[in-house]
Amino acid sequence: MLLARVVGTVVATRKDPRLLSTKLMVARPMDPRGKPEGGYLVAVDTVDAGVGETVLIVSGSSARMASGLKDCPVDAAIVGIVDVVEVADGD
Amino acid sequence: MQLAKVLGDIVCTRKDDNLVSLKLLVIQPIGSDGAAVGRTLVAVDAVGAGVGETVFFVRGKEASFPFYPVEAPVDAGIVGIVDHYDVPAPVTAR
Repeated sequence: MLLARVVGTVVATRKDPRLLSTKLMVARPMDPRGKPEGGYLVAVDTVDAGVGETVLIVSGSSARMASGLKDCPVDAAIVGIVDVVEVADGD
Repeated sequence: MQLAKVLGDIVCTRKDDNLVSLKLLVIQPIGSDGAAVGRTLVAVDAVGAGVGETVFFVRGKEASFPFYPVEAPVDAGIVGIVDHYDVPAPVTAR
């Protein structure tokens, strides 16, 4: 899974029927110390995350195992809101 | 599967129901010399690993198999703690 910061939302009127009533967010992956890395991605939000929050994103086919996404055409889902990241200094 | 070092842990109060009571660790994939390779990631722990330990982990949907029949939404999981590993130096032609 990836740590990411939610940076925005996506609105799509025309989309796959199985994506109806899902909440789509734009997220930027980051390292454990908060430094952004890599490109932006669109993820389905299953935990009511908000812009600016640090979240946990599951990607690939495992994203379909998130709550309410069975058989949905998704490859990234927000499955947790991160309270704390604890990493040892100096690594 | 890949070798990695456990760097730390994360705490999530609000999360998917099927992630409740699972331990989430921040890991850094490493090469045979112990040097970091690629980006850090978050993996679910199936073996009781701790910070500082060398582990091996599996990527993809298989990461959820240790928790079967619960279908945990995870794409990386620690499935073993490494006691030691041996990689002989490559033989070079003289």
